[in-house]
Parts: sequence; structure tokens; C-alpha cells
Amino acid sequence: MPKKVENVGCPYCGVCCDDIVVTVSDDGKKILDVENACAIGNEIFHHATRGERIKLPRLRQPDGTYKNISYDEAIDYAAKVLYNAKKPLIYGFGSTNCEGMAAAAKVAERAGAVLDNCASICHGSSFLAIFDNGYPSCTLGEVKNRADVIVYWGANPAHAHPRHMSRYSIFPRGFFTGKGHKSRKIIVIDPRHTDTAQVADIYLQVKQGHDYDLFDAFRTVLRGHEIPAEVAGIKREQILEVADIMKKARFGTVFYGMGLCHSDGRNHNVDIAISMTRDLNDFTKWTIMAMRGHYNITGPGAVWSWQYGYPYCLDLTKKDIAYMNPGETSSIDLAMRDEVDAFINIGTDAGAHFPIEAVKHLRKHPWITIDPNINMASEISDLHIPVGIVGVEVPGIVYRMDNVPIQYRKVVDSPEGVLNDEEVFELIFKRLGELEAEEVAKGPAKAVPQGIRAEE
Amino acid sequence: MKTVILTLTNPSELMLEGQNITPDNFAGKKATEIATLDVWEGKQKSPLGKYFTVEGEGGATAADTRIILHGNCSRVKRIGQQMTAGEIVIEGNADMYIGGWMKGGKVHVKGNVDSFCGIGMEGGELIIDGEAYHHLGSSPRGEWRGMQGGLIRVAGDVGNDTATFINGGTIIVGGDADIHVSTHGEGGTVIIKGNAKGRVGGQMVKGDIYVYGTIENPLPGFKMVGEVEQEVDGEKAHFAHYIGDLGERHPVSRGKPVYANIYTRL
Amino acid sequence: MTELIIKNGFVFDPLQGIKGDRMDIAIKDGKIVETSALSNPKTIDAAGMAVMAGGVDIHSHVVGPKVNVGRLFRPEDKLFKSPHKKWTRMEMGSSVPSTFKTGYDYARMGYVFVNEAAMPPLHSPHVHEEIRDTPIIDNAAMPVFGNNWFTFEYLKNHEIENNAAYTAWLLRATRGFGIKVVNPGGSEAWGWGLNCEHIHDPVPYFDITPAQIVKGLIETNEYLGLPHSMHLHCNNLGNPGNYVDTLESLKLAEGYAPKNNFGRDQVMHITHLQFNAYGGDSWGNIESRTEDIMDYVNAHDNITVDLGQVTLDETTTMTADGPFEHHLCSLNHLKWANTDVELETSAGVVPYIYSRNVKVCTIQWAIGLELALLSKDLMRVFLTTDHPNAGPFTRYPQVITWLMSRAARDETMKTFKWLDRTIDATSIDNIDRELSLYEIAQMTRAGPAKALGVSNTYGGLAPGMDADIAIYPLNPEDMPSDPAAIEKAFARCAWLVKDGVVTVRDGEIVAEPAKRTVWVDVKVPENAQVQRDIYEHFLRHYSVQLDNYSLFEEHLHNPRVIEVDTT
Repeated sequence: MPKKVENVGCPYCGVCCDDIVVTVSDDGKKILDVENACAIGNEIFHHATRGERIKLPRLRQPDGTYKNISYDEAIDYAAKVLYNAKKPLIYGFGSTNCEGMAAAAKVAERAGAVLDNCASICHGSSFLAIFDNGYPSCTLGEVKNRADVIVYWGANPAHAHPRHMSRYSIFPRGFFTGKGHKSRKIIVIDPRHTDTAQVADIYLQVKQGHDYDLFDAFRTVLRGHEIPAEVAGIKREQILEVADIMKKARFGTVFYGMGLCHSDGRNHNVDIAISMTRDLNDFTKWTIMAMRGHYNITGPGAVWSWQYGYPYCLDLTKKDIAYMNPGETSSIDLAMRDEVDAFINIGTDAGAHFPIEAVKHLRKHPWITIDPNINMASEISDLHIPVGIVGVEVPGIVYRMDNVPIQYRKVVDSPEGVLNDEEVFELIFKRLGELEAEEVAKGPAKAVPQGIRAEE
Repeated sequence: MKTVILTLTNPSELMLEGQNITPDNFAGKKATEIATLDVWEGKQKSPLGKYFTVEGEGGATAADTRIILHGNCSRVKRIGQQMTAGEIVIEGNADMYIGGWMKGGKVHVKGNVDSFCGIGMEGGELIIDGEAYHHLGSSPRGEWRGMQGGLIRVAGDVGNDTATFINGGTIIVGGDADIHVSTHGEGGTVIIKGNAKGRVGGQMVKGDIYVYGTIENPLPGFKMVGEVEQEVDGEKAHFAHYIGDLGERHPVSRGKPVYANIYTRL
Repeated sequence: MTELIIKNGFVFDPLQGIKGDRMDIAIKDGKIVETSALSNPKTIDAAGMAVMAGGVDIHSHVVGPKVNVGRLFRPEDKLFKSPHKKWTRMEMGSSVPSTFKTGYDYARMGYVFVNEAAMPPLHSPHVHEEIRDTPIIDNAAMPVFGNNWFTFEYLKNHEIENNAAYTAWLLRATRGFGIKVVNPGGSEAWGWGLNCEHIHDPVPYFDITPAQIVKGLIETNEYLGLPHSMHLHCNNLGNPGNYVDTLESLKLAEGYAPKNNFGRDQVMHITHLQFNAYGGDSWGNIESRTEDIMDYVNAHDNITVDLGQVTLDETTTMTADGPFEHHLCSLNHLKWANTDVELETSAGVVPYIYSRNVKVCTIQWAIGLELALLSKDLMRVFLTTDHPNAGPFTRYPQVITWLMSRAARDETMKTFKWLDRTIDATSIDNIDRELSLYEIAQMTRAGPAKALGVSNTYGGLAPGMDADIAIYPLNPEDMPSDPAAIEKAFARCAWLVKDGVVTVRDGEIVAEPAKRTVWVDVKVPENAQVQRDIYEHFLRHYSVQLDNYSLFEEHLHNPRVIEVDTT
């Protein structure tokens, strides 16, 4: 008899739906049905057991083809790459569990590497803004139960977070929002009339790259000053109307995405959005929330903050103290400036997502991909280590876009013999220790380089 | 003044972290000792002498010490970081954090620099003959106490994020500035002799900005209040005077709000 | 099978009334034993040094989502302010240290148990992950109840039995330790941008008052017989004139007697009392009201308190008192993080600089010390800085020095810009009292352990207790005249033994014994009504599934369960 596994968390996006029901075949090897998930989440589960999976690490041969090797050989290779490189970069972590992220941090600290995650090319702008201006936010259940005004600014959940509107922000009937979407006003601000804009009560077509100016206008109006007749392509009357709606909200939330993070000014767009949210708290209750993309991209930010104090772009190369300065220690900048000499791509696809120049620079050096799937990164790597799919085959803790931890389950086992990220990094950690011991045994002249002692 | 000459003869593969290249660290040392100071290439710590030849000797104090760098230092970071006195002359380009957190003394770069130069500056002079990139005279991430004092002068263009969270001191840009000048500024003076792209004075609480060229995208939070004549960087000029950022909070002095000022040359 | 004997130290154990006797402490298999039980022990020579139980911190913000926001949003707390790694993991941060630094630094000061001050129940897996990554020290964490929708609904109708069943359920779901109450009612009002400043202000919609919440939770706590008492962060924190509200809150405990099998004698613990002891009515005339407060506390032995001592540092404030944090950022205009949690609580984080040049700050400094110096029973008054709110916990040695040395207080006061006005507004200048090592032991181990209900395991040196012993390089018969030496001794203990393992030697970590998660498992009769209410709220109002809310066993790290059976 097939069995149903309930309360399953979906390993796709930052909405982290945890009400998925997965029907698994009697022998536990095949996923037969997935209920409640959106189209993308649905596919992630099915794809895990639908076809052939990579089950062994593959090492690039001199003739350019891949050859299967054992996990032990792969671990040895990876450890040696990290050990021998002067400044290796370990990047990714969009799609793994917190246990894996903690193990990877141990490895980066021991090996002296830069440790970074996808926020570096995504909501890093949010982090920079949060560093400078704070983050007045809330959990998604607060939005569900209280919010009567929702602003989607530079975000398109209809495509990127399909169940966001139905689970949290627009349609649910919460404790104080019994009328569902009828008790809410939706404002969408975006240069394009997206599918999300279809549900808007008010849509503002902001001029692309000028969101900052529009925020400044809102803030100026909130303080009782005058603004020009038009700002960022929006007429003054509309700005005043929306400002009034926001002031009169009982509880409002601004959800924002790449429209702010990746248009001109980036972190400053988010920063001034936070300023506006803070200003609105002088009138009524407002919160702001970053629409984090992956189901656990919030994870490395959480884990590395409690372990090192920094959420991304961690330069651990000194091994005894951590630095962070996005713009210098961020993956793309390191790649473009030819500042790293080894690359591990884990739980992501830098081959697809990095600028081609960055990929070319990184490709000059050893490149290892740790990922369940074949992707662009794996196809240009020197070594591809497969791992189990978190949320499907590997349980663990993940952090939803609102920083709420969700305990994910597994519904099937990983393919035979396939390890998970945590296991792989723990083995690399151990192997690094062995390499260090061997080096020390050879004599003091060849001992591992020490960390700095100079005054900063 | 005693002079130490560093010549980069063995360029690094990756970037070099040269925070030990300061008059403070070279003072009281002879060339051979200076050559043993640490530099880093990623995790690899090496003596300065591995990459540079060292001639001369440091003065008795930082104030008595001059350092001249020859060779292509465009991949050397942090030269002059946290120095308190003395002089550094870089005969060419340099990378990031040049003169970062400097408290005094003078750094003269006869070329271009990369980002984060003069970051967290407290005093002294940073002179750049070429261009500077981003975050010039800015504050480190999360730090609301930005540049406190000192002078930064760049002959050419600068990138974005100039003078973020500036609290004091002066920055003079000979060329153009990209977006974001004095964002969150609470004091200090920024002078841009060329054009500014936009986001000038965004979220600014206090301080002064002079733009001699045009601001391509002025912010709605600044309103014109009149015209003034002022002497700036040694020359008198006529300016339109704007106050703002009206979307931001401002301190109150004698019952009146104290705004930030933008002056655009007429 | 490891045996240790700590020989010839001056032992201070207030739980046994030992006031500096020279005696030996015997350790076997991680426990303190009679010396006669040893056959071949290794020796630790404690001659000329003060021997105490490992330190117990009753209230500190060290693990969890708001602590982590404090870390994440303050890169400047790390840059140029972090030490280089000395043990196995990097140690980053100054006012909000990383979890590794937290564990190491507490151990260096001779502490072994830290009670996390506030856990938002929805975030319990996060709290437990951070607990796992906090080495050496044992941790407990208190879930917050004072703004919980279930608690409101039960207590409004005075349904103590139901509230007790829910409380037991929540303690198990979160593997929590006790009943924490923060700004009761006010943090729910903050969901609308409002607050409950006084204890009879009704909570919007729920129509229950802070007074009802506090009394209801005291009754629930005693109904269940928990190890610790209700632990309260009073309403109206931080505002001039709030001592009136504090006295009203204190009075809510009148008539209640403690009911438990754990040696606890109080029914109410008031935390960081310094922030709630203000007179005056504006920042201009704010003054100390510690005499009024301590008159009451001294006369009512069913109450314990901790100081929340201001250390005059740049630090980071973080509390579940969301409205207070918003108020604070409107005063200093610094970055503000806020994290409201559905059905449960709110929180805010704002950096703050306690400056010697600001009169309010130096008055606050005086108030915290006065609370201790005016106390008639230091088994009921505990040393904290509400880390990191009033200062980092690494300042405990400095606070000890201020309490033990009038000269140290004078030296600090000389640096105050507004010394005269500070003296006028407080009593600190009239107090010559200097606490003894015994009294410090009461405030930092025996008292907190007793109040937490764990004094059969922590906080003392009787046979049967955990072998957690701190030895400080201070000779009670020859105390240093320079107060800085006292501070140094408490900052870097000569020895810390934890679970019988030598962990710290001369202020350096030498071993990392396994840390524990301490939690309270309360057995109550089945309650169908409460189960139904839980089911309904999760179905309609929470944003996570009921079955995913309780901590999965595999995420609980090395548990030590304290069982309470009420059936």
C-alpha cells in the first residue's frame, strides 16, 4: 500500500509551505503524488525519484570526460583543493539544510576559505540595508492575522512565491482579518504590470531605476512637505493617495524583492524602504519583509550569524578571525578581481547565475560542485559530488523567509550510497585534519600558514 | 624625515593585504626588519620582503617616516590603514582601503585607487591623482559613525556610495560622481566639481554638498530656498541653495530644524 | 572514573552556609562526593584562593532569533572588536558575541549554567540550534507567555487548570524551562503599534489586563509546581516614574506561597529591576527610587530580583518588549530591528551607548548597584546585566568589583560628567557598604540556582551536586587593595571544573566537556478542551502546521530533563 506522509515542507521557495502531503510507493522508493504544492514544488518532489540520479562523485579526466570515483577519493580531492589553495571560495547554500551549513563553516574555518551564500547575488542588498538601518519586521502569521494593507514593491510572488498570497498575505482569513482579501487593500509597485499586479487595488508603474526617488517622495509627504508634480513616473496625486492609505492602515506590510535589490542603488533602495517603514510606525503599525527566494537561503544567514556574527561574504582565510565586507569579500567581486584560486559550488548553480566573466575567472582554478543534480556548474566542474535532496531525502532545519525555523522531514531515502551535505563536509573536515597532521609531521618549515597576529 | 622605499618586484597571484605598510609600523625599524613584517595573500602569510625590495629606514616616529611605493601596486590593499602620522607616496595605482581608518598624516596616490579608500577616516589627508572607485570616505558596513575628519581629494571621477554616513571632514572630487553622495550624512562637506548622477543627499540629516556640474536626477526631498555666494576650495562662486532631505528626520536647534544643504553652482 | 580533589581552598557555599572555611572538595565521575569516597585523585592546589560553585546566570540573552538579529545587523560590533581565536572556534563580537564566544567567555569567568531569558515558542528550533553551538555551559530557555493568545483566553476566564495544561504542553513543545513574562499584554498591543504601560491597562481586543496575566501565571506556575517561579519583565520599562508601576507589579505576588519540590521559596522573580526603579517624570528630573523598591523587596521574601546593571558601554538592547525598543530608537535614532511573532510575542533590537557623559546613564549605573547594596538578603538579589541590554556579560567581573569596593565605585564616578547631579538624584554616594566574597557567591551562584529550582545540581558544593567548581585567584585573608585585581580574578578564573573535567586553567579553555540542554517536562492530566483549542488555533491562525511546531527530538541537544508530575 502506498503511504501518505503529511506535514511535509517544500524545498523550493521562501514560502516554505509545510502542509505538503506526499504519497510514496509501498517500497518507499518512488514518489507517486504530491498534494498542496505549487507547480514548482510539485516538480521538485517528483523529479527526485522519477529518473536516473547521479549516485557517485565524478572526476574530470584529462580527455574532458567524467569518470565515477568513490566518495573517499572525492573527499580527498576536495580537501586537498581547499588545503592547497591560498584563497578558496565556498559558495552556495541556497538549497541545503542548516546542519550542512554548519559543517561547511567548520571546513571553511579550518581550511582558511571564503564562505558565501546566494544572498551575495540576491538579497545581499537587504543585508546591507539591514546593517545600516535595521529591520522592522514580523512573522508571516502576523500578516495573515492582522494586515489590512499590503504593498508588493519590486516583487512578483505570482511567479516566484506562488502560494505567498494565498497562505499569508492576501487571501487567508486570519484572526482579525475574517473577510480575507475583501478586508485588505493591495498595492503593487513595479515597472512592469506583472501577474501580481492583476490582484492590485492600486498599481503604480514606477520608472525603472527610480524607486529610491519614489520612496523619498513618500517620506517627504509623510512629513508634511511638498513634492514635485511627478516623481519616478508617478503623479503627485497618486503618491498622496497611497501615502494616505498607508497612514490609515491598521497594520501594513511591505513585501519587496529583486526589483529593489537589483535595480540601480540596490541596498539603498531597500534601506530607504526600511526608512519609510520606520516613518510609518509613527502613525500606525507597519512592517517590511524581504521575499527571500529559496526555501533555506535564510538559513546560512542565520547559522553563520550565530557562529561568526556575519550572514554572508565571510572571509575566514585568517582562520582565527572573520572579516566581512561585501564589495570585497563577496563572491562575484572576488571572482571578477581574480582574487580566489579554488571554488566550491554547493547547493546552487554558479555556472548559470554568475556573470560569464566571473565564471571564466573561476574556471581557471579547481572547481568542485556539490549538488544532487546535473546543472551548468556541474558540467564545467573538475569534480561533481552528488548529495541527497534536502526536504525530500534528507531532513533538517530550514529558515523561512520570515526567519521562522521549520523542521523539514524526508519522505524517501537518498539513492543508495549518496551522502548528504553535512556528511560530506564532516568528512572533508576530518580529511583536512589528516592533511594538517601529515604536514606538521614533515617538519616545521612546511607547517600550515598561521593566522595574523598584527593589530587591526 | 626618513624615507623607506618599497618596490614591488614580485607581484602576487592574488591580492596582497598590506595593512602593515604604514609609517606607524615602519617607524624605528631598519630595512631588514621592515622586510620581515607580515603581508597576506589569502591565508598565506609571508614577509614583505617576499614581494617587495625594501630600502632606507623608518624615522624615529611615525611623523618622521615617509614611505614611497614603486611598482604596480594595483593589487595591494590596505596601504596606510589606520596610520596616525607620516607620509606615504604611491607612485602608481593601488587597490582597496588605501588610507582606511587613517587618523593623521598624508597619503598621496599618483594614480587610481579601488573602493573603500579613506573608509572611516578620522584625520589626515588622502590625495588621489587619478580616480577613486566606490565607497570613498564612506563608513564600514553597519557603522553610523562615518568619516569624522580629514581631507580627501580626488582629481578624477569617483564611483558610487561616496561619503556614506559622513559625520565630518571634507571630500573634494575633481570629476564626476556616480549615484549616492552623502547618503545618511550627518555632517561634513562634499564638493563635486563635475556632475553627479543622482541620489545626492539621500536620507541626509545634516552636512553640506556642493555640485558644480549638474545633478542628473535630483531627489524630490530637496527644495530650493534661495541663492548664495560662497568661497569653496579657494574660489568664490554663486550657488542655488537647496535644503533637505525633507523625507528624513533633522535635529532642532533653537526651535528650528537644521537641514542638510545642497549647493549647485549657477 | 576520574577523581579530583581541590585542596585547601577557601570555600564559599551559601547553599550550605560555608563562609570561607578552608576545606577540600572531592570529585568523582563528574559529581561532588565526600572526600572519603576517593581512592586516588589528581590534586588541584587551591591554597590561597576562593572556591565557589560554578556561576549560574538567571537571565541573559544568548541564544535565539532576536539575539541573532542583534548579531546579524551589527557588523560594526565585530570589526576591530573581536579577539583572535584561542580555542577551537573563532570568537567574534563584543556586545553580541557569537555562540562559541559566549560559551568560552562564560567558562573563563567560571560560569556553568546560563538561563536564556526569552524564547519565542515558534522559534524554539532556532533557540535549540544555537544552544547546541554554545559550548561548555549548560543552557535552559524560558518560553514567553505574557502575550500569548492561549494564555489570554484562559486567564481572562480564570481557567487555571486549562492554562496549566497549555503551559505544560508549550514547555514540552519548546523543551523550555519556565514561565517568562515580558511586558504582559503590551507586546500583544504592539501588534497594533500600541502598548500597556500600566498594569490595569486592558489589552486591545483580548480585554485582559497585565495584572490579571501576572496573577494568573503565578497561579499557573504554583499549580504546576515548576522548579522556577514566574519570571517577570515589568510593564513601563525604562520610563521615568515607572517605580510606581513596579511596586504595583510587586504587590501582585502578595498572598501567594511557593508550591514546589525544588527548594524554591519565591513566587515571583523580577528581572533587570534597575530599568524599573525610576522616579521623576521626565529625563530632566529622573531619579533613583531604589529605597522604595528595596524596602518592599526586603520585606517580602516570596520575591527575588536581578539587577540589570548598566556597565557604561556601547552595547545592544534586545527585548521582547517591542514597544519599548521602538521608543528607544525614537530617542537615539539608531537602527531598529523588530520581530513580532504571531500569537506569541514581539521583540526589538536597538544599539545603545551608555555614556559617562550622559546624566541618565550614570543615574542608571547608580540604581543597579543600589539595589544590591540596599538588599538585606542577597540570596534573593542576583547579579545580571540583562546581557546585552545594560551591558555585556563579560562585564560581570567589573560589576562584582563595584559591589565589593567603594573605592572602585569612586574611581568610576570621577569619570562622570554630571557627577553632582547623579549624586543628587541617587543614594549611591551615601552607601559605603562593600559586599563580601560570600555575598558575591550568593548573588552569582547560590541564589540564582535556588531561585531557578536547580540547587540540587548547580550553585553549590554539597556531595551529590554536579562537579562544577570555579576557583578564583583571590585570597579572602589577603584581598588586593587595587580593585582592578578583583576584576581580573573574576574575569579569568584560576580553574573551572565542569562535570569533573578541568575546563579552564588561568582563564584559558583547556577542554570542552559536553554541554547540556536543561528543560522541564510537566506531566498533567489529559485536557481535551486545550487540545481542541490548540488544534483550532493552528488550523486557522498559525502559519505552520501543528505537527511541525513541537521540537523534533533529533534537534534537542544532550538533554537534562527535570520532571514534574502533577497527576
